Amino acid sequence: MSEETLNLTLKVWRQEGPNAKGRFETYQLSDISTHMSFLEMMDVLNEQLIAKGEVPVEIESDCREGICGTCGCMINGRAHGPEKATATCQLHMRSFSDGDTIVVEPFLASSFPIIKDLAVDRAPLDRIIEAGGYISISTGSAPDANLIPVPKDTADAAFDGAACIGCGACVAACPNSAGQLFTSAKIQHLNLLPQGQAERWARTESMVETMEDYFGSCTNHGECHEACPKEIPLDFIAYTNRDYMKSKRKNRKLQGQA
Amino acid sequence: MIGSFDSKVPDGPMAEKWTNHKFNMKLVNPANKRKFEVIVVGTGLAGASAAATMGELGYKVKAFTYSDTPRRAHSIAAQGGINAAKNYQNDGDSVHRLFYDTVKGGDYRSREANVHRLAEVSVNIIDQCVAQGVPFAREYAGQLDNRSFGGAQVSRTFYARGQTGQQLLIGAYSALMRQVSKGSVELHTRTEMLDLIVEDGVARGIVTRDLVTGDVRSHTAHAVVLATGGYGNVYYLSTNAMMCNVTAGWRAHRQGALFANPCYTQIHPTCIPASDEFQSKLTLMSESLRNDGRIWVPRSHDETRMAKDIPDDERYYYLEEKYPAFGNLVPRDVASRNAKTVVDQGMGVGPLKNGVFLDFADAIARDGEQTVREKYGNLFDMYERITGENPYERPMRIYPATHYTMGGLWVDYELQSNVPGLFVVGEANFSDHGANRLGASALMQGLADGYFVLPYTIGNYLAPLLGQGKLSEDDPICQAAVQGVADQTKKWLSVGGTQSVDYYHRELGKLVWDYIGMERDKAGLEKAMTEIPALREEFEKNVRVLGDGQSLNSSLEKVGRVADFFELAELKARDALEREESCGGHFRSESQTPEGEALRNDEDFAHVAAWEWGGDPGSAIKHKEELTFEEVALTQRSYK
Ligand code: SF4
Ligand code: FES
Repeated sequence: MSEETLNLTLKVWRQEGPNAKGRFETYQLSDISTHMSFLEMMDVLNEQLIAKGEVPVEIESDCREGICGTCGCMINGRAHGPEKATATCQLHMRSFSDGDTIVVEPFLASSFPIIKDLAVDRAPLDRIIEAGGYISISTGSAPDANLIPVPKDTADAAFDGAACIGCGACVAACPNSAGQLFTSAKIQHLNLLPQGQAERWARTESMVETMEDYFGSCTNHGECHEACPKEIPLDFIAYTNRDYMKSKRKNRKLQGQA
Repeated sequence: MIGSFDSKVPDGPMAEKWTNHKFNMKLVNPANKRKFEVIVVGTGLAGASAAATMGELGYKVKAFTYSDTPRRAHSIAAQGGINAAKNYQNDGDSVHRLFYDTVKGGDYRSREANVHRLAEVSVNIIDQCVAQGVPFAREYAGQLDNRSFGGAQVSRTFYARGQTGQQLLIGAYSALMRQVSKGSVELHTRTEMLDLIVEDGVARGIVTRDLVTGDVRSHTAHAVVLATGGYGNVYYLSTNAMMCNVTAGWRAHRQGALFANPCYTQIHPTCIPASDEFQSKLTLMSESLRNDGRIWVPRSHDETRMAKDIPDDERYYYLEEKYPAFGNLVPRDVASRNAKTVVDQGMGVGPLKNGVFLDFADAIARDGEQTVREKYGNLFDMYERITGENPYERPMRIYPATHYTMGGLWVDYELQSNVPGLFVVGEANFSDHGANRLGASALMQGLADGYFVLPYTIGNYLAPLLGQGKLSEDDPICQAAVQGVADQTKKWLSVGGTQSVDYYHRELGKLVWDYIGMERDKAGLEKAMTEIPALREEFEKNVRVLGDGQSLNSSLEKVGRVADFFELAELKARDALEREESCGGHFRSESQTPEGEALRNDEDFAHVAAWEWGGDPGSAIKHKEELTFEEVALTQRSYK
């Protein structure tokens, strides 16, 4: 394991609050070990700011192992930074070189207002789940688990959607700030499973329309998939479009209108 | 002491206690449930499942989380799986066997009746989760797959790739969001509980701080449920998420709730060692790796060769040598302690000499790289992402880290603390794991408490309260509690010291790790009891918290949490000092067998030590709940 260190210039977005005017601040860091994670490098910056009596940068994280979806910022213009399939907290400084300038901004999307510095409000993602991202089964009413066989392929496909960590990088990466990748991952996780069939059409219509209330429209750039730390497949968007079209017809029928 | 310190274990045969008790409990009729308000703090597995289920039943629930959404809670990070006594594999598992294994695994320091109930409801959990759409691993024909985990003799663990915790949490979270959309649960995100409101010895509400606006206010209800997780971050470095803390539980403790067995901590043997001073947390590598990896260190203290160039006779396969029967598969605490021993003796590997090798070279030579990749590929990738080293070519480096805390707020059989109206579920309580937790049992307990136990038992408390209002939020008691929290917040902002909160957290963590870590002794614990308060004093005078109290300020959030860790650490040292035996995750070097194994003292210590706040951190008062074992005979562990 080679012990290398980096000298870096950071340009970090600072904004005191949701309505304050923001600006870039430039900071110099020296002797950053390449074994550090990106967030540990930001910890070092914050320790230095505190030592100088300056207010540290608000940058959110929790699990720091790529599973909770709390972390996330734009690093050199890319959501979660340069590495594929890597959340901000899993990014390590060995991905950078001595002398680099690193630009750190919050996730940029009109539906994700800035709270402070690099922290944004991703509450619309919860609103989409509220609109139908569940199977209505109250505690205690479930049949024996093995009564519902789920073919392995089906379970695996559903899992690919369920792997979404709700970080919102897909929205931040999209030129239109669309929420399709997240929403499709959530819809398809449930729509693919036998347990999810009863509410399939109602769920799809409601979640897609709630998404449209908050987010821009998808014009198939694919940037979302590039930024996604869990590599959620783009196919899910196509499946969801198909399900949505069908849901329009099915839901009318269910209401006795067709 | 406030309230009652009676375990309320029902009479009757072990296997019938829960069934009988469910029948004997008072019920709140469906139309009356909406007249009761319940506060749930924390939205991990235990909190989300409890809030969702109570919402379904018709209670008016308010759920609180400091995260931006309930789905972030640290339950999400559990990799391995969840146990259930389904016996789908027809390999002889049963409720009784799971019960027996859990009591034994807890080294006979848990309450039998609670554990039996846990094993009983484990089967319902799997049914519920599957119906919610949790994508557990399947056989090709569509049936659920199981594996054996953590040395269990049966395959009872259900899993979802390496992310069972996330999938179960998404299930509980979706159930919760369904109730939010129905209006039965009111969700408060980015809101932290900072005090418990107690009136005449009864829990009546909480004080919260809005982390975005800084607004401090009270919320009152007929009952308060804490589902706020464990205290592993008292060590600073642990596998816990950055925000995990003991604050909600500790503030309740300061208001009179008993804190039980704080010395019980589980140290997980296979984590990636720290790489430098700025290491912020440790990452766990699934312990399934020990099935094929061989653990060793170079015999020479100043070894400089690459691992692969060190000949076999200069390698020390210490687990295989000392425990020929179990080898690298000895239990977590034994593996952890032995790693510490060789590192302390100067045989550690890596640039900081702070790890041991977990070597797959033999497995690769035997089974081929492809087979190893199929089994462990994702773990190897994760290791490489973090360390930059390729484990197919050179051995992994691992070291133990704090992972789970078995101690917590004391609760009775109904999961109620000694303070009436205060319930505690999940890792935050002390109840089911005794002195050590079995692998794949944390998720099980969180969901058992939240889906299948608390929603019943809380009714037994609420039923007689019908017609009674909740405390007014304008009541002087609430106002005083709110003022107290607001003053405390201001105080931290005005200390004006020179060192950051993280600095003190790190320093505290070092003391706790050195003196109350994997191996404890009298002299070290006594040192801890003087050094921790001394450091706390310095912290209180010299910490520097910048920024303001009216906007997002993570240093301000953290300073209060670290203050509580300081107080907890002192109690933890005292608890460890007074428990003059080794059991489960608590190893006292004075109490070991001639072979160096943990030696229990059942005569004097088969009890729960439940501590009452005595006005300051040094003057806690101990209460003992004696443990009796009717079903499982006490035996001494041996892995030779
Ligand atoms: S789809 Fe990917 S990028 Fe979008 S929220 Fe989910 S994990 Fe994050
Ligand atoms: S902090 Fe949890 S995913 Fe990055």
